[in-house]
Amino acid sequence: MANEKTNALPEIKVGLLVIGAGPAGLAAAVAAYDRGVRDILICERQDFAGGILPQCIHNGFGLKRFGEELTGPEYAGRYEKMAEERGIRIEYGATVTKLSHDRHATVLSDKGMRVYAADAVILAMGCRERPRGALPVVGTRPAGIYTAGCAQKMVNRMGLLPGREIVILGSGDIGLIMARRMTLEGAHVKAVCEVMDHPGGLRRNIVQCLDDFGIPLYLSTTVVEVEGDERVTSVTLAEVDERRRPIPGTERKVPCDTLLLSVGLIPENELTRQAGIEIDPVTNGAAVRENRETSIPGVFACGNVLHVHDLVDFVSEEGEIAGNAAADYLENAKKIETAPVAKIVAKNGVRYTVPELIGNGNTPKVTVFFRVSDSFRDATLIAENENGQILAKKVRRMVPGEMQRVDLPREKLVGTVTLSVATQG
Amino acid sequence: METVTRYDVIVIGGGVVGSLTARELTRLGARVLVLEAKSDVASGTTAANSGIVHAGFDAETGTNKAKLNVRGSAMMPALTKELSVRYQQIGALVTASGDEGLAGLEKLLERGKKNGVSGLSIVRGEALRALEPNLSTELDCALFATTSGIVCPYGLAIAAMGNAMDNGATLLRNTPVTSIEATDGGYLVNGTYFAKAVVDAAGLAAHKVAALAGFTGLKQHPRRGEYLLLDRNCGGTVKHTVFTLPTKAGKGILVSPTADGNLLLGPTAEDLPEGVNCAVTAAGQDKIIATAKKMVPSVPLGGRITSFAGLRAVGESGDFEISQKNGFVILTGIESPGLSAAPAIAELIGEMLGEAGLLPEKPMANFDPVRTVVRPKEMTDVERDALIRRDPAYGRIVCRCEEVSEGEIRDALRQNPPALTIDGIKRRTRATMGRCQGGFCTPSLVALVSRERKIDETKVAKGDGNSIIADRRTKGGN
Amino acid sequence: MNNNETIRRFPCTVCPMGCELTVDVDKLTVTGNGCPRGAAYGVAEVTHPTRTLTTTVALRGCDRVVAVRTDKPIPKELLLPAMDFVRDYVAPENVQPGAVLVKGFMGTDANLVVTGK
Repeated sequence: MANEKTNALPEIKVGLLVIGAGPAGLAAAVAAYDRGVRDILICERQDFAGGILPQCIHNGFGLKRFGEELTGPEYAGRYEKMAEERGIRIEYGATVTKLSHDRHATVLSDKGMRVYAADAVILAMGCRERPRGALPVVGTRPAGIYTAGCAQKMVNRMGLLPGREIVILGSGDIGLIMARRMTLEGAHVKAVCEVMDHPGGLRRNIVQCLDDFGIPLYLSTTVVEVEGDERVTSVTLAEVDERRRPIPGTERKVPCDTLLLSVGLIPENELTRQAGIEIDPVTNGAAVRENRETSIPGVFACGNVLHVHDLVDFVSEEGEIAGNAAADYLENAKKIETAPVAKIVAKNGVRYTVPELIGNGNTPKVTVFFRVSDSFRDATLIAENENGQILAKKVRRMVPGEMQRVDLPREKLVGTVTLSVATQG
Repeated sequence: METVTRYDVIVIGGGVVGSLTARELTRLGARVLVLEAKSDVASGTTAANSGIVHAGFDAETGTNKAKLNVRGSAMMPALTKELSVRYQQIGALVTASGDEGLAGLEKLLERGKKNGVSGLSIVRGEALRALEPNLSTELDCALFATTSGIVCPYGLAIAAMGNAMDNGATLLRNTPVTSIEATDGGYLVNGTYFAKAVVDAAGLAAHKVAALAGFTGLKQHPRRGEYLLLDRNCGGTVKHTVFTLPTKAGKGILVSPTADGNLLLGPTAEDLPEGVNCAVTAAGQDKIIATAKKMVPSVPLGGRITSFAGLRAVGESGDFEISQKNGFVILTGIESPGLSAAPAIAELIGEMLGEAGLLPEKPMANFDPVRTVVRPKEMTDVERDALIRRDPAYGRIVCRCEEVSEGEIRDALRQNPPALTIDGIKRRTRATMGRCQGGFCTPSLVALVSRERKIDETKVAKGDGNSIIADRRTKGGN
Repeated sequence: MNNNETIRRFPCTVCPMGCELTVDVDKLTVTGNGCPRGAAYGVAEVTHPTRTLTTTVALRGCDRVVAVRTDKPIPKELLLPAMDFVRDYVAPENVQPGAVLVKGFMGTDANLVVTGK
């Protein structure tokens, strides 16, 4: 029982605590269960499982996982069912407010507060959208400015249309998907602007969401100003130079009542930081080993809390890696911690890699996810360390919007391994 | 024929001055009506404000600004405690460099002493570095004012108005004043509300309101101040409110923690013609960043979550202009340090109206000065657990960034003055004010406003007028 | 898009790989595809393009909506007429994921199926 004087909440022991019942957390919990872990608890802050998927009603999910094209709710439903079949406990409406380095999580729900003392923790909190304030857009602060995901929730979950005349800033997948969605629901999407010189989202979405409906995409273009006192009345677009600075004289005012922002996702790592876990400055997620273990033993991370994925199929795959690793950890609870044997450094054209560190696993190959900083055609992906070249692989096409992966031979991964792109040869 | 409702005093404007005045006059026994043009109190100058309770060394000795600032600042600790408003006396540093800078600081120190400010001293070198380790090494001396504090400006106004209402005052929002007729030994406002006394606390519009009652010739103009707000994990960058030596245009750009733990940079000071809006400009933002970096080179701009601008009313004299004639009190030029002085201005108005014989003979017998707000985040875990067990709504987190529960939002929609809009909830609970700026919780807030106010979701507004969140329903099947 | 051209190039949208297809409109041959599904898509796109419709419908007895899809792609030109239909369609309360709401949707062989909860 709670003691008013010592301010100690009831402490409840749990084997594996998974924070978040989105696609990463569900896949992690299912994988850990299938490896024999039985004392599993998922804390989910929403009242339903699936994370963001239930509002992603479009199809295109699950082709790799299930070999068929599912919608977001259907994909989430599959994993929810797997968790249910295994009897994995999910606490809904349960927000983790604190996480300590010794794996104590303070949880708050409408049943009260408690502390879970976990033997292992999997971080699967997902990510959030970058808001307007993070952008150099000037002007007033009227109603009618929403992140694409916020608009998606209104349209797809609540049946509310945010506006009629729409401008979308950012050609990330959610922005593209919402361009189609708003059009289908009778709104007029007047422009999608992208500050980069290439689209941020998948090509299939450019075709199916913009081209199909004749929605114009303006590359190297951004929104510089918003006007309107109560509701947005117009936005001003401007072209940008190579350094993404607006070019004076290219401004053009577009009357509209709504501005949707799809300008990037940020892994949600407040708890990770609170626990004192080392963060990769590029991904803004925890720096992990190939088994997705963070700098704190017994704490793993997977999915968009680690790095922003383009496909949910990869999120589930990463969840499984973390779930299996957590099972390993719990099996060998007294295992002696070893220092990582290698470090992977992203260079020339490679923006980041996950994992960043290599531990002492026993699979012959290590799969490394990475993203490139530019578009490449017929390039060579090179991995090397002080002992020489580890891998040189021809790649037909790589674009920043799509996550890449490469398998590296484990026995050669020692010291500092750099991963880079060579465009010649 | 419209029926006329009679009050003792009509306060026009629900900013921090109007709200505190309404509370003070209610305490003195008056039946008070507050008319607010916008959809909520504290939505003008009070909404976009530095939130600094100045010590009072800045204004010329003998001015209203000097007297009322020092008095108001002294009232602030007890007042904010009664009203459960966040206030911390963190102290301020006016920084400078070189002999010239030091001389300027000494002048300020002298003036402060003459104004009756306590806790002033000059700090230099290592002592300054120890107080504020992230300060630029270019700055080698500072005036340290220990009584300077930070307060949530709209929180103070809302709490004061709420407390006034709890004690019987009436608030009407979305009610701009369109006519004032001197009649029957008092004033008939909008042809509907009558009182023997009127307090014109309409801020930027005060001169226009006064003109409606025949008090013409007053002049004010707006001065725009832009700000940049940084994430709560940046709040520790400085421990005090850090200024540079003031100039004629104002106290200049400051770097300060806010009462809610964010880091605030600004304001700019740009004199504008009447009728302009609160737009944020590229030039203003650049200026804030450049100036802040001069004071605190390591200011973590990556933590920027929003920028905003506010307008303050500048009068002709440069001082607060406060007058009372035939029971009509006019307040013009209430710019900085208006927030710091607000409690003292309210007290002064009470005295003025009392001396004019326009208030009841006795203060309100059972006036309760205390307003409480349930703030689960400020409780211990055990207290919070017990609270949730009593009322589970406090355990349902709606705004995850600021950890605001459904219970707090429900309270904001019910407690005086009840929030009507998303911005109203924001100013009362901080929901939508965090890192994601409402990306996650805006739809949930729309649903809660709809439920509590029993209005359709397509009628829920962000703030004033037509600022609705959702245009229409996508499906007309129902 | 020019109907007179005999060779058309466009990205495949069957899966996220985004293969760049080259389709001979006369011979209906496809190159650049990484899998047979891509070839089929390439031909369909120049003869009778189809799309899966995903949207929401109203639920009886409440203000909320539920997510639906066509279980097969429907002709692209039917997307907007289909939206006119679903705008006024009301699903029974308590429908479960997988429930077929409309058989032979818009005269096609696709059904309108519930996906959300």
